[in-house]
Amino acid sequence: MSGRKGMEVSIAVAEAVKLANADVIAAYPITPQTHIVEHLSELVADGELKAAFVPVESEHSALSAAMGAAAVGARAYTATASQGLALMHEIMFITSSIRLPLVMTVVNRALSAPINIWNDLSDIMAERDCGWIQLFAINGQEAVDLTLQAFKIAEDPRVLLPVAVNLDGFILSHVIEPVDMPEQEMVDRFLPVFKPTLRLDPDNPVTIGAFGSPDVFIEVKKQIEEALIGSQKVVAEVWKDFEKQFGRTYKPVESYKTKGAETLLVTMGSISETAMTAVDVMREKGQKVGLIHIRLWRPFPFKEFFQAIREAKVLAVVDRALSPGGPGGPVGLEIKSALFDKKEHPYVAEFVAGLGGRDLTVEVFSEMSAKAEKYAKSGKEMRYEMIGVREK
Amino acid sequence: MAKIEALHPWKEVPLGCAIPEAGNARQFKTGDWRSNFRPRTDYEKCIKCGFCWIYCPDMAYSLREDGYYDWNGNYCKGCGICARECPKEAIQMISEEQ
Repeated sequence: MSGRKGMEVSIAVAEAVKLANADVIAAYPITPQTHIVEHLSELVADGELKAAFVPVESEHSALSAAMGAAAVGARAYTATASQGLALMHEIMFITSSIRLPLVMTVVNRALSAPINIWNDLSDIMAERDCGWIQLFAINGQEAVDLTLQAFKIAEDPRVLLPVAVNLDGFILSHVIEPVDMPEQEMVDRFLPVFKPTLRLDPDNPVTIGAFGSPDVFIEVKKQIEEALIGSQKVVAEVWKDFEKQFGRTYKPVESYKTKGAETLLVTMGSISETAMTAVDVMREKGQKVGLIHIRLWRPFPFKEFFQAIREAKVLAVVDRALSPGGPGGPVGLEIKSALFDKKEHPYVAEFVAGLGGRDLTVEVFSEMSAKAEKYAKSGKEMRYEMIGVREK
Repeated sequence: MAKIEALHPWKEVPLGCAIPEAGNARQFKTGDWRSNFRPRTDYEKCIKCGFCWIYCPDMAYSLREDGYYDWNGNYCKGCGICARECPKEAIQMISEEQ
């Protein structure tokens, strides 16, 4: 399976889970995640992957079963999207709070209603505060690489937290892209067998997931918070190690043509590649526009973010989710609050765009960039603008 | 509020708030929110059947060497299940004042 091949990204992710030698896969199908677990169930049925495939009755059970598997020391995996992720909501908090490392692919899709199977980030943004490490892939290669890295990050004894690898529904999950599938031997070297720190073991009984009174709750939360913040160091180490073995570089915040750029588009996920094309077009016209995209969303890489925007005068933040009735979308909120204490900072124009699969074309990115510059020039307070809304 | 004997600083909380030591619930003394009643066993009537020990939902009874059962006020909530289940009516619920 190794070498550069054209593959549907969902299939490539499933193959990455196989390369990671997952022990237990518990999953429930939901569009647009289905191809991933469908392919994994085939790999298990065909004996190509020696794992237990647990076809559960709901996503709530999928994450619960994966969590239980992680609790006995198995390498556990699941995948979901949208309503399925929402159904996992309560278990999301438990998984991170009892420090069970597992990996979940979230194939991002809008939340109903209206019923909509297309892409935006409203599903994962509703899980922002669940205490998971959250990564965003911009293409098929990243989806594969981040999946392999996610197991190593999650299982590090200094981390022991679940990791969500996000990839955009359909516009990434269902496209065929050239993907370089790593050799099994190299993956084995990169990703050793999971050695759990805490494990359910009949010979050494422990209780996991017990009651915590007001006397202990805050201390437990503080410990988890420190582990999550501290995981950024491990993420950096894993990326360094990955680069050494596979030659591909990963950073928490990536920059594209930011040198000499006065306006920066700020994106997440696969729309970043379209936005890069928009930057190319604008640069050709002599406009000083660049782009940064956030790969590590939780823990938020504040230092790297400040470094990446230090020369910018205007930020055009593209949010693909909305915090209804609030100041805008989650990414804009994050950035504005991060900049609040800075004496000097760029003007932040925020756009909520692409909800429910509305196409974000090169032209739309150019439009947002131009609008951001216009808002900055006017100096007016701008909360956010919803892009592409029909008025008539 | 019930008192716990050992309270950890955050760095020393067992990973994920797991309980590495079996049976440490005994450190969590919940008897201070007992109702106004407590059981009293009449050892003249007691036949050592152990029903009180079996039925107690809070494991407030323990077996003595002589085969009788001791009641422990650190855990009893005063629910009266032991008194109701005792086949010899050897257990009576008495008010705390008594």
